[in-house]
Amino acid sequence: MNKIIAKERLSEEVYKIVVHAPWIAKERKAGQFVIVQRDIDYGERIPLTIADADAQAGTITLIFQTVGESTHRLAELEKGDSIQAVLGPLGNPTHIEQFGWVVGVGGGIGAAPLYPIAQAMKQAGNRLTIILGARTKELLIMEEEMRAVADELILVTDDGSYGTKALVTEPLKTLCERSPAPDLVVAIGPPIMMKFCAATTKPFNVPTLASLNTIMIDGTGMCGGCRVTVGGNTKFVCVDGPEFDAHQVDWDNMLKRLSTYKNLEAQHHALYHEEACKLNAAIQEAEKHAGL
Amino acid sequence: MNSYYENKLTTNEEKALLDELLAKENLTPKDRMAIPVQEMPVQDPDARIHTMSEVALGYTKTQAQLEALRCLQCKTAPCIKGCPVNINIPAFIAKIAHDDIQGAAAIIRETNLLPAICGRVCPQEKQCQEPCTLGKSLKDVGKAVQIGRLERYVADRERAQGIIALPDIAPPTGKKVAIVGSGPAGLTVAADVRRNGHEVVVFEAFQKGGGVMVYGIPEFRLPKAIVQEEISKLEKMGVRFEYNTLIGKTRPLMALFDEDGFDAVFLGVGAGLPKFMNIPGENLVGVFSANEYLTRANLMRAWDTGRAATPLFPSKRVAVLGGGNVAMDAARMAKRLGAEEVHVVYRRTRDEMPARAEEVAHAFEEGILFDFLSNPIEILGNEAGMVTGLRLLRYSLGEPDASGRRSPVPIPGSEHDEIFDTVIVALGNESNPLLARTTPELAVDKHGHIIVDEEQRTSIEGVWAGGDIVLGAATVILAMGEGRRAAASINRFLAEH
Repeated sequence: MNKIIAKERLSEEVYKIVVHAPWIAKERKAGQFVIVQRDIDYGERIPLTIADADAQAGTITLIFQTVGESTHRLAELEKGDSIQAVLGPLGNPTHIEQFGWVVGVGGGIGAAPLYPIAQAMKQAGNRLTIILGARTKELLIMEEEMRAVADELILVTDDGSYGTKALVTEPLKTLCERSPAPDLVVAIGPPIMMKFCAATTKPFNVPTLASLNTIMIDGTGMCGGCRVTVGGNTKFVCVDGPEFDAHQVDWDNMLKRLSTYKNLEAQHHALYHEEACKLNAAIQEAEKHAGL
Repeated sequence: MNSYYENKLTTNEEKALLDELLAKENLTPKDRMAIPVQEMPVQDPDARIHTMSEVALGYTKTQAQLEALRCLQCKTAPCIKGCPVNINIPAFIAKIAHDDIQGAAAIIRETNLLPAICGRVCPQEKQCQEPCTLGKSLKDVGKAVQIGRLERYVADRERAQGIIALPDIAPPTGKKVAIVGSGPAGLTVAADVRRNGHEVVVFEAFQKGGGVMVYGIPEFRLPKAIVQEEISKLEKMGVRFEYNTLIGKTRPLMALFDEDGFDAVFLGVGAGLPKFMNIPGENLVGVFSANEYLTRANLMRAWDTGRAATPLFPSKRVAVLGGGNVAMDAARMAKRLGAEEVHVVYRRTRDEMPARAEEVAHAFEEGILFDFLSNPIEILGNEAGMVTGLRLLRYSLGEPDASGRRSPVPIPGSEHDEIFDTVIVALGNESNPLLARTTPELAVDKHGHIIVDEEQRTSIEGVWAGGDIVLGAATVILAMGEGRRAAASINRFLAEH
């Protein structure tokens, strides 16, 4: 049982929770993730990246977006409630060294897992540029945290409601055109974003890492649900990743595999919104009757 | 295989036969040999494919006594040597004949802590029943004394009576033992070292204990309540379970000694990465490892679609690749989850299948189709990346290979396609690399299996290992056998240090 110490709603669909998990807080390194299961009998095991940790306090910070039934259920938990199972830290830590100039690209909630990597890269003496992108202003997170570690922070939104109206690939391309080009790009975000980041940096031969978040059950190498094709070989994200050479990842295959249960997920998402609407209507109705 | 279903007596005939036999002063071997093999009642195949509940229902008291009277009580008792934990089989069977369940249970418990489980999942026809003198005399291994069914009967009767005797536990020694993994090997070690008075903590990565017995073996073959009872029994003995803890990640192995004060560690982490065939199309949508497919259905209870959050892939035509127990489990599970047609694709024939004979027989009864002498060379898919079928080659059987089984030889020009929407790969596992990667001191062989000596000791002093992480993919009982050996060695080590 892992108690929720704090909870914050970052936007309509994005939540931040601080969870008591002392061993994970002590062992975790940048780039690693956990598997979370709200209810051990019928709940789903979902991988979530670790956004931050406090070894002293024995807590980890998780940031997630409500996309399916399980993330919606997780979002229902409040401060003081407990998550029945949290396993981690899983996956290999990011390889941190002084590369020179590192560019981090965080799309949507991908900014959360990028943050500990950004911190570690900065600490290792790298010059750090961070590009944060989101669909709209509301969904852009971690701006203040990133501003504190980055030498240069570039903000973009798809709709231009904040920062520059652009996709993350546009400033990324501009950075690659500089001389010298970045020594390393770390891209974390929706798979489609990472795919296009890889395509952007490829012509410049800029080494690019992507952190993959695939379907997973155990997270320890047993199920193989997370397998991806990298450089023509099958790799398991949980034991071989989660970070891979973005230029070698078969993105189309990964995107298709992610859609394995998409229909079911979409149904659940819609169901939740429908239920929430009904509930709101019922509350309003009751309030009206009560003369409020 | 037919022997399972021959000589079926009615309940009254069974009773009359038993009375007649018990009335005799001394049964001659001839009398015993004349008793028909007792078939174990099972759920009707048409009904059971719509439920997860256990297929085999267990012997009645009369059936068990009749089966027990079949045992010749031969002096050589080759069955004992055939059992990986050397249960005194003739002795416990003799107790059943006189309906002394407590006596039978006590004899089994001397060497086997999980009889309800072993009675259900051991490949008896390849172990204790294989050398059985009765089977040899009747020239049919299928007519050997049905030791597994009797073992299960004893465990189930004892449980039903609610008198589960806990073993005696020695006074506290002040020594601490960590068990990594709560599968059959780990649970065996936990019980054996706890009995010697040591403090025992079991670390399990999953949210529930039992390892392969809960994530892999389905409810219809091994009810989870039985596994849970064994775990509860250990808890009553004072064993502590720490779930959601992956040693090597959540806690480094060496920290168990340096920071947590453990004196000995047993590694029973089980098999790891599922094997694939390395043929084109294996990462298409609709291709699953049997591990994933079964874990979703079993541990995550995805079959209970009304309550479980874990989704299942909707399948109509399923191909299961492989011929072992896991392949049978996956095929029969797919059937229960609503697949219209389930094929087991196996490159040899029924005779060479490594699966337990009873599971194969049950699969046939349930309408699983077997495509023998057939093996895929490619998984076919469409533009959406979904499985559409298999490209297969036909085989014939050639000369026996190193395993003694006739090796399959592809027939040139036999390439053909079959339509499937789901492919489940059940070809075994590679070893899990996590512990070795985070613990460089731990010696592993080129396959990643932990290297142990004859006492299951690893290259690190104070660390033992056993089960699939040492053996590769094996069975519950072999893992338990290794666990027993390791526990004995741990107990000796702790007594000396």
